Formats: sequence, C-alpha cells, structure tokens
Amino acid sequence: MPEPQMLPALPEGTPVLDIDALIDDPGVRVIVCCGSGGVGKTTTAASLGIRAAERGRKVCVMTIDPARRLAQSMGLTELDNTPRAVNDVDTSNGGSLDAMMLDMKRTFDEIVEAQSDPERAQQILDNPFYQALSSSFAGTQEYMAMEKLGQLRAAAEATDTWNLIIVDTPPSRSALDFLDAPKRLGSFLDGRLMKLLSAPARGAGRFGAKVMSAGMSMVTGTLTKLIGAQVLKDLQTFVASFDALFGGFRQRAEATYAQLQAPDTRFLVVAAPERDALREASYFVERLAGENMPLAGLILNRVQEVPLPQLTAETAVAAADRLDEANEHPLTAGMLRLHADRVQNGQRQRRLAQRFSAAHPHVPAAAAPALAGDVHDLDGLREVAAALATQA
Amino acid sequence: MSPSSPANRPNPGSARGGDWPKVRLHVVSGKGGTGKTTVAAALALALASGGRRVLLMEVEGRQGIAQLFDTPPLPYEERLVAVAPDGGEVFALAVDPEAALLEYLEMFYNMRRAGSALRKLGAIDFATTIAPGVRDVLLTGKAIEAVKRGERAGKPAYDAIVMDAPPTGRIARFLNVSSEVAGLAKVGPIKSQSDSVMAVIRSPRTAVHLVTLLEEMPVQETLDGIQELHESRLPVGAVIVNMMRGPRLTPDGVAAALDGTLDFDEVKAGVEAARLPRKLNTTTVSKVLMAEAAEHAQRIELERIERERLDTTDQPIYELPEMSGGIDLGALYAMSRMLRDQGAV
Repeated sequence: MPEPQMLPALPEGTPVLDIDALIDDPGVRVIVCCGSGGVGKTTTAASLGIRAAERGRKVCVMTIDPARRLAQSMGLTELDNTPRAVNDVDTSNGGSLDAMMLDMKRTFDEIVEAQSDPERAQQILDNPFYQALSSSFAGTQEYMAMEKLGQLRAAAEATDTWNLIIVDTPPSRSALDFLDAPKRLGSFLDGRLMKLLSAPARGAGRFGAKVMSAGMSMVTGTLTKLIGAQVLKDLQTFVASFDALFGGFRQRAEATYAQLQAPDTRFLVVAAPERDALREASYFVERLAGENMPLAGLILNRVQEVPLPQLTAETAVAAADRLDEANEHPLTAGMLRLHADRVQNGQRQRRLAQRFSAAHPHVPAAAAPALAGDVHDLDGLREVAAALATQA
Repeated sequence: MSPSSPANRPNPGSARGGDWPKVRLHVVSGKGGTGKTTVAAALALALASGGRRVLLMEVEGRQGIAQLFDTPPLPYEERLVAVAPDGGEVFALAVDPEAALLEYLEMFYNMRRAGSALRKLGAIDFATTIAPGVRDVLLTGKAIEAVKRGERAGKPAYDAIVMDAPPTGRIARFLNVSSEVAGLAKVGPIKSQSDSVMAVIRSPRTAVHLVTLLEEMPVQETLDGIQELHESRLPVGAVIVNMMRGPRLTPDGVAAALDGTLDFDEVKAGVEAARLPRKLNTTTVSKVLMAEAAEHAQRIELERIERERLDTTDQPIYELPEMSGGIDLGALYAMSRMLRDQGAV
C-alpha cells in the first residue's frame, strides 16, 4: 500500500531554504534568529546549533529566555552570561557546542566596570537612573544582546574558539524592537536633553547659568517642577558620569548596529503559521531588505501536518455524523472529527503562509512540523533541525 | 466617536454578577503567543453584553485591537469597535505614552507650549522611554482616568475597562508603578499621580487575569506571574486557558491511543460503516486516523499534566477552545459567550 500523501507544509513554488548549506557555509559566522514572541526562536536557535556542531562547526548559541527544561538539557542551569560546553553532543566531525543565557543587567554592568575605575563604576551602578536603564528600559535587553554578540564575535576571532555564533533575540512583542533598540538607546543617551542636563554638572559653574538660554531654563524649570530638584540632580550626575564613560554612546550603538550588516552574518526570520506572527515576519523581511541585512530565509515553525488531505474535513464530518446517527462506532466517529479539525487547522495555516509567500515570493523557507510534545531535550532539538533540513 | 451620555444603559457603573462583581479594571496579561489580545477583546465583549459600555485599551503600540476587529489603526481616541449581543458597546483606545504625557501636562499644568519645547529637546522621549516608571504611570494612569471618569457625577463613562497589558514576565513591574517611580520621585506630582493610580490598582476594583496555553513554558510563566503578583500585593484574577484542544475522543479512547492499544479492526469496521467515498482506501484511512489519534492523545496527556499544575493555584480557571477556523468577529463572540457561561461576568 502506498504511503498516505501529506499536504505540503509550504505553499507551492516557495524557494527552499537549504539549512545544511547555510550552517555548513564557512563564510557564515553569525546567524541571528528573530521573530515575534512565542514562535519558537529559542528552539530554532538551539536546534540549528546542535546540528551545526554535529556537522563539524564550532558553535556558540546565545539564548535569551529558554524554557526551563530545555535550558537544563543544554546544561544551562544558571544565568551566568558565560558560554559553557553542552554535553552529549556528537563531536566526531570536529565540531563543538557551547551555550549561554544572556543576563542583560550583568552585561551592562560589565561594560561599565570594564570602562572605568572601580570607584567610578560603583557610583554609576548605584545610581537609580542607571539601575532603571539597565534593568527595565524597553530596548536594553535588545541592545545588550547585540553587545554580547559583539563580545562573542571578538572572542571567536581572537581565540578561534567558535566559528559560528547563533543568537536568539529577546522575546519582544514586536520583532522590529530588536533592530530599533540600539539606535533608540544610542540617540537618547547621546541626545540634546542629555547634553543639556550634563552641562551644569560638567563644572561650568557660574558661567553655566549665564549661557543657559531661556528655552533651556524653561525646560529645566519644568523638569524640576515635575520631578523635583533632587531627582534632577541625580539625573545630571548620572548623565555626566555616563557621558564621560561612553564618550559617544551613539557611536557605540551605531557600531553595534553595523555589525549586523557584516558579510558573514545571516538573519533567519522565525514565525508560526499564525496571523500576527506572519505579519511581524513580513515587516521584518521588508526591514532587513531596507537595511541591507542579509536574510537567509523564513523558518515556519509548528506547521500542522495533514496526512491524507483527500479525506476532506467536510467528508470526515459527514461520515462521523452518519456513524453518530446510527449510534455505532463512536471511537471511529471521534477520530473522523479529529481528522476534520486537523485538516481545517492545517488549511487555515497554509492559507496564511500562502499570503506571506505571495507578498515575498523570493524568500526561501523551511518548515518544522507541530510536535505532539514540547521540545525539551537534545534529541527533540535534533529532530526539529532534521525536519528543517530534510526539505532541501 | 466618543461615548455619549449613558442615558439608555441599565444602572451605569453597577456591578455585574459572575466572579468579579466589584471589578471595574480588568488587566489581561499572558505570555507572547498565548492570544492575550484576543482574550482581552472577548472579555470586553462579554462584559459589554446586556447593554453595557466597555473600554478596551492597548498600551504597547502594536495596534493589535484594530487588526483583530479589522478596523483602521486606532488613533489616541476612544472609538466604537464592536456592538455586543443585546446592545452593549465596546470602545477601543490605543494609548500612546507621548500623547498621554502631553494630555497630562495640559490637564494639570496648562503646559502645552512647554510640551512642544520638551519634545524638541527629546525630553518627552526621555520621560516616556527611560525615566524609571514614568511610561508605566502614564499608561496605567490613563486606564485609571477612564475608570474614574464620570464617577463623581454618578454616571461612570464606562462600566468596565479591559486593558490588553504587557506580557506576564513584565506585568507585576508594569502595574507596581509606585515602587517603580520610588527611585525617581519621593515627592511631587509624579509621586502623587502614581500613588493615586496604585490605590485603584491595589483595590478590589482591579483584577489581573493571565492568559496561558496548556504548554510547559506558558504555564510556568503563569505560575511565576501569579506568585510575583501576590508578592507585589496586586490583585490576581482568573487564569484563562486559551486554545484548548477539543476532547474528540472518550477518556477510554484517549487512554487506548496513548498506550497504543487502539483496536485496528474496530477502527476499520467503523471506517467501513461510515461509507466514505470509494476512492479512499479504508485501510489507509484507518491507519492515518489511528496515528492522528495517538498524537492527539499525547497532546491531551500533556495538557492534562499542565492543567494539573495550574490547579495548584486558587484562582478561577476559564477554558477557551482552539478556534479551528481562526479568529474573526464570530469567533470573538463565541469566546465571549463561553467566558460568560463559565462565570467570568
């Protein structure tokens, strides 16, 4: 008997994303997995990491917020910001796999500590504005992910520890936050307000007051009214010490951003076959093109497999109804309804994917099927990667 | 369009039945991908049923509500987006922190001009993005303003406010505005504004509902979120389980599918009795159905385990099924009915 046919996971004519060609390419040294929250970015990054390592690459995977059991399976028991070797990876092809979890506050603290003497560093670390910036500013996590990527890349180049870095991006609602955060943080820290606020604290003394224009004094007046004089002073101290520390933060942010345009970097846009996730993926694809950042393709995760699509939802439901009316074979009737649900859901997902691929006909894609269970061990990761790779 | 005088409403602002009779502000959070915007909209429709007026607001600038109701992007203005069964109305508002700040400056300080000067300097950007907690005070403050609007005159503008809030991982910090701004302002207008916001958020007039799927990570985040909310003395509402698989098989069927003891001959006899089109081979169909049933049973088992973990909390739990046709207005109405039937309103 022939194998029952499957409904194709991707729309007809979609160029195939050749995962193995991507992860084997020695010219590719950084892969960034991005997409909106909850689409399986971490799983994708980790599964590509293990596959690349077992095919011979020396890989470092940076995850942001992995599921507890997945983290444990990779040996990531603590958030300590340092890549550690993952056990039970087949290294017979000469590869290796290290993994780490990003601690954004610690990454920020380390930058501060690395760039100033201990006393000054402590002053900054204790400032309430620094604490807010480093732990809750929308975008700090994205920015720190980029900083950390830069550090890993530098370490990889210096010591030859790794030749492929795969990064997961923060679980923001909007995938684009990831690209915008560094610039926003940079332009803010380097902006006119910061310059204005840092002016008096720079020791301009009596002169400072004189040169302050009417507009500026209105602003500081307003700020004092709103937040109080003490807060304004805290803020000025923070800005002054931070400014001295970083010189031009904007430049730093721009350099961080530019590394995403490096010729050895590829982006993978990860999506689930759902409306919101695909819309975000669409924005991201357009944005990457606009920024000259090389897109490797789309990973469509958790696609419902539909075996035997010739048994349509309508036929299956009608058949189940016949059995129920005759009051016989309730088990088979239930199974027929189950099949109908599955066909319907699978077709809906394919319509959504079709819409995406109509808008972006040249974006190669690979799909991973929806699994019955959660992926929480290395074998599960291998399975996901194998499914992604077999389409080529 | 703004809500007009609530003349034809039954007891404006009066409490409803259900599990949350005193609650006026429903905050809906959940992990990314769990459908929190959809659930917030369904809850708003449920609350609006019976001729009530509800404001559904979003605070993350994603225009998720407009997309859900298939309307153009929402401006910073309350607009009617849906009519509930028996005449209720759901208004929607996308809160923009900048606009909220300028509105606030104008309302309390008559400082519109200062506002535009501040904007030029990047001070507005500063206040709404980095000044610790200010953004959150502005966003939650707008919700509280909507809760209180018209209350003094005895005619509240809205019977309930539903907020599509930031995800579970950030929700406690988002709502705990007083402690957030504590590092910034010990006295002054920001402090008093945050205190008055906090007074409502901590009161029985607020409930924070968490949306989850029956999967490992969302359930873990939900449990962590509940604990964090408790620790911050924030009022935890319901847990709403979204996208549940419908139980298509009997418990016996699920058990048999799970341990691989489904009777092939029995299934095949059923397939034959179902009189499928002749081009379909009954053996093939039976095999496929058995494989699908096994996968389904695995998923149901996983959901059962996660559901047991959720049952360790004391919060009411509502369940919403996976909508196999996707989410449209019809699906939202259906979900709102299910929430009502389970006692959410």
